[in-house]
Amino acid sequence: MPNTAYIILIPLLPFIGFVILGLFGRKYIRSFAGAIATGLLLVSTALSLWVAYWYFFVGGMVNGAYRPVTALKLEWLSFSHDLSIDMSIILDPISVMMIVVVSLVSLMVHLFSLSYMKGEERFATYYAFLGLFTFSMLGLVVSGNIFEIYIFWELVGCSSYLLIGYYYDRPTAVAAAKKAFIVTRFADLGFLVGILILSFQAHTLDFNILISRLLSAVMNPSDAGLASFWGVSLISWGLILVFIGGAGKSALFPLHIWLPDAMEGPTPVSALIHAATMVVAGVYLVARLYLLYALIDPAVTQIILYAGAISALLAAIIACTQTDIKRVLAYSTMSQIGYMMFALGTYHPGEDPALGYTASLFHLFTHAFFKALLFLCAGVIIHNIHSNEMKDMGGLRKSLPLTHACFLIACLAIAGIPPFAGFFSKEEILLAAWNSNKLVYGIGLFTSGLTAFYMFRLYFSVFWHKPATGHRHRQPLVESLPLVILALGAVFAGFIPFSRFVTASGFPDKPSGIGTNAIAPVLIAAVGIGIAAWLYAKASDRPAKAAASLRGLYTFAYHKFYIDELYLFITKKIIFNCIGRPAAWIDRNIVDGFINGVAITTGRISTAIKGVQSGRVQDYAWFFFIGIAGLAVLFIYIVT
Amino acid sequence: MNLSILVIVPLLTVLALLFSRGQNAIRWLSFAGVTVQLVLSFVLLAVFWKERAAGNPVSMLFEYRHAWFSALNIDYHVGVDGISVAMILLTAVIMVGAVLVSWKIGPHSRVFFILLLLLSAGAYGFFISLDLFTLFFFLEISVIPKFLLIGIWGSGKKEYAALKLALMLMAGSALVFIGILGIYYNSYGPPSLYWPDIHPAVSVQRIFFPFLFVGFGIFTALFPFHTWVPDGHSSAPTAASMFLAGISMKLGGYGCLRVAIYMMPAAAAEYSPYIIGLATIAIVYGAFATMMQKDLKYINAYSSVSHCGFILLAIGMGTRTAIVGAVMQMISHGLMTALFFAAIGMIYDRTHTRLVEKLGGLLKIMPFTATIFVIAGLCSLGLPGLSGFVAEMTIFMGSWQRPETASRLATILACASIVITAVYILRATGQTIMGPIKDPQYNSLTDASWNEKLAGVLLIAGIVVIGVAPFWLNQLINK
Repeated sequence: MPNTAYIILIPLLPFIGFVILGLFGRKYIRSFAGAIATGLLLVSTALSLWVAYWYFFVGGMVNGAYRPVTALKLEWLSFSHDLSIDMSIILDPISVMMIVVVSLVSLMVHLFSLSYMKGEERFATYYAFLGLFTFSMLGLVVSGNIFEIYIFWELVGCSSYLLIGYYYDRPTAVAAAKKAFIVTRFADLGFLVGILILSFQAHTLDFNILISRLLSAVMNPSDAGLASFWGVSLISWGLILVFIGGAGKSALFPLHIWLPDAMEGPTPVSALIHAATMVVAGVYLVARLYLLYALIDPAVTQIILYAGAISALLAAIIACTQTDIKRVLAYSTMSQIGYMMFALGTYHPGEDPALGYTASLFHLFTHAFFKALLFLCAGVIIHNIHSNEMKDMGGLRKSLPLTHACFLIACLAIAGIPPFAGFFSKEEILLAAWNSNKLVYGIGLFTSGLTAFYMFRLYFSVFWHKPATGHRHRQPLVESLPLVILALGAVFAGFIPFSRFVTASGFPDKPSGIGTNAIAPVLIAAVGIGIAAWLYAKASDRPAKAAASLRGLYTFAYHKFYIDELYLFITKKIIFNCIGRPAAWIDRNIVDGFINGVAITTGRISTAIKGVQSGRVQDYAWFFFIGIAGLAVLFIYIVT
Repeated sequence: MNLSILVIVPLLTVLALLFSRGQNAIRWLSFAGVTVQLVLSFVLLAVFWKERAAGNPVSMLFEYRHAWFSALNIDYHVGVDGISVAMILLTAVIMVGAVLVSWKIGPHSRVFFILLLLLSAGAYGFFISLDLFTLFFFLEISVIPKFLLIGIWGSGKKEYAALKLALMLMAGSALVFIGILGIYYNSYGPPSLYWPDIHPAVSVQRIFFPFLFVGFGIFTALFPFHTWVPDGHSSAPTAASMFLAGISMKLGGYGCLRVAIYMMPAAAAEYSPYIIGLATIAIVYGAFATMMQKDLKYINAYSSVSHCGFILLAIGMGTRTAIVGAVMQMISHGLMTALFFAAIGMIYDRTHTRLVEKLGGLLKIMPFTATIFVIAGLCSLGLPGLSGFVAEMTIFMGSWQRPETASRLATILACASIVITAVYILRATGQTIMGPIKDPQYNSLTDASWNEKLAGVLLIAGIVVIGVAPFWLNQLINK
């Protein structure tokens, strides 16, 4: 591709949509706001697919390896001669893969919303915000500069805030939006300080130069005065802090508390932002800096490994007890992201050391399809039932046959049943874990059983459980088409030879063999499905009994391990009462009191001494006389 | 370009106002005056850019000098560099906004606009002065009218606030004046007041730096002399609040910058730990204090304390990047806070309350005003694409260049304050703009009128232009 500048259109078109709809959507072009946004995104998606084709099959490979291509680089803000934020677009296997995922899922959501959000008062605003989000997310994935990614990182956070708070007259939505923004902002503080540390050590903000300079600094410690803080080198601190930023965005335990609440947003938004794209930004960030995370400090690699594994397990346990369909899906997302994250922490010296990298991104890719599909199906279900609660559902297989089929496909995919997409990617992750750490492999295996259980608990509760009733519900084409396309992805995406395209080194790799190692996970998933069927396929008292027999754990998990309460205690009780309130009080009473005190004292002194200038000659004569007398005494005293 | 025209235009407008009759004539005349000024400042930007592009290396351009009181070497001496040009642009934009939101100002509108324009004349004069006495003279011009503006057109405890503000700013001016005298009588060679070329001996700097820095610092809410800010801002009428927070606090920041970087760099380096310390306290403590406020104007006033702390922090850090960041923060905070006060004023004019708990759901009733409020809020919490982000990030990058652990720690604390900023901004936004409508009477309220919309759009344009394309401002400051 001689001229790559047109690639800027991919993120820019949704942004143009945002500007047009934001300025004029309210009044002038309200009725066809959705069509404009979807049309622009269609062009964007087509361009993304074309770029992917070009990169993977025509121009991306140099000497047998995929190399990064800088399609655009504009200096945006220069801090000093070596540190500057450049607005750049780089194409490499993961960014190309991501623009395809983001634009495709976003297009599906745009289409779906045409009917789903019809009749909303702020229809144009909705599409404007979707455009802003898509722009920011596409900008995020093509960033070639660590500060540039931070900029888009904040922008996706803001668009997520605006979309969660879309139903702004509901106090719960406002609270959820605020919570999402503040929790991720808190994590982003880590990201920001991490950027400061790393960029200062490497004297650059450019990703590729940053990675190579830091690696060489660590390999030859003599070159750079590698400062350390509390016995940990500054570079490791920087990497940990950047990872905290990623953990916040990707809802890793214990920074996950915003994700379930974020389900207050419109359901298509949850599909796009809180399932397929934005929440995987943390995984993407770690993948972007993979060489640093894998090679610089084994301790940091271990942090990623365990953070991901714990998150995967805990979220799966909580998901088993939730009753709100969207919240189950949210915890499931969190659990799957945990998988992707720990896969990135499985680097180990030996054969195929970076298998986890390919596996993680493969799972990210397949997960986008089936999770977006699950959310869109949930949207259809919620519109039909007018409730999010599983207890209000049941027996929907007859009235929503297409949704039923799609939901089943997605459940099989996420549970890891061959030949659906999730099977291949999860298999690869487990293989990478097996090679690296047996404990984490065990956690992953157990979690995959839990995944199958809670997904089929959901499936049976929604579509079976009660006798099938009702007539067939007709779905408009714009709603069913996205479901079908995503379902095709959930079925076939696993057959893509992913390691042929995305590897840590850039060199195409042969697909990892799937053999006997696949038996255990599939069996465990089957057991999970079986238990779910036994408990939930028909209405019975079995679930209640099961919950009662595991009462302690059940209650604990049902209340999400009381993490929310803990945070609430820290923020409300400690930060507000012990810091905020005293600060405000001190300011009004002590600091200002002091200033006012100075003024009052000045006033009093002048009142006290103003009598001196009385204007009476006798008084002045007295002062004169006393003064002279005093001076005389002083003079005599000094002289003698 | 003759810079004096920047002072003359507001004064001519004042003169014309004296002879104009009728509410409409007064409004339109003031609007015309500030618009001409805005055009002039863009012309200044253009000719300045052209001159620099042509390779003029002189630090101060368009110098003009006229002996004023030659016995004491006092000259009327003006000139600009990139920083002054940026500040002049800021002043011009905010003044247009301030006049537009005062369209329906209560009684004595003539006097109101005259005072407002006098204030702006003082600010323009201040930013172009190269002679310390002229500088001081213009600084005073921009203090006294504030007393009247708050005392007459204010709300709440306005007499108390007006007096407090005037006294504290006067105290600041007095310190500045002592500092100027100290420099004047202790400079090398013949006594001089031409500040770009004053470099007192280090021993002299050590004594008089605190006077000048604290004196200017009071204007820009240096902790612990910031207490005039909440009372002053919250009692002032909207336009005066915009001027106070948008421009007046920047007079102090500009003064501190010139003193610390251009006149007394040696003393500034010595005192930098104290400056950094006080600035960090202002940033963090201001942010926490903001979190507990219930009145929208108090929220913005305390947040100004926190945001102006960034300016002082950057000046204390003193690296080149940090200084650029300080100027950017002055511009950004000026625009953002003026926008915020404009939005708060619009809300208050309609609902007659500024208490967060009484408002709610304004997005439904007055979408335009609410959108302005949200954009100002997003700028305040440092959203990329708006000016606040650019300024804060430049300051962080610049501050990090200081290798001492203490200043790194201060930088991290300053970074942490943006989380607290998010908390108080989103709390205020969530309760006033979003949520259910709390008072049914609000349903009948109208949205912003054309003049208010124009003011909002103008200020937002400024914020967005800097936020999306910061490179021009960066280059301007560096020139």
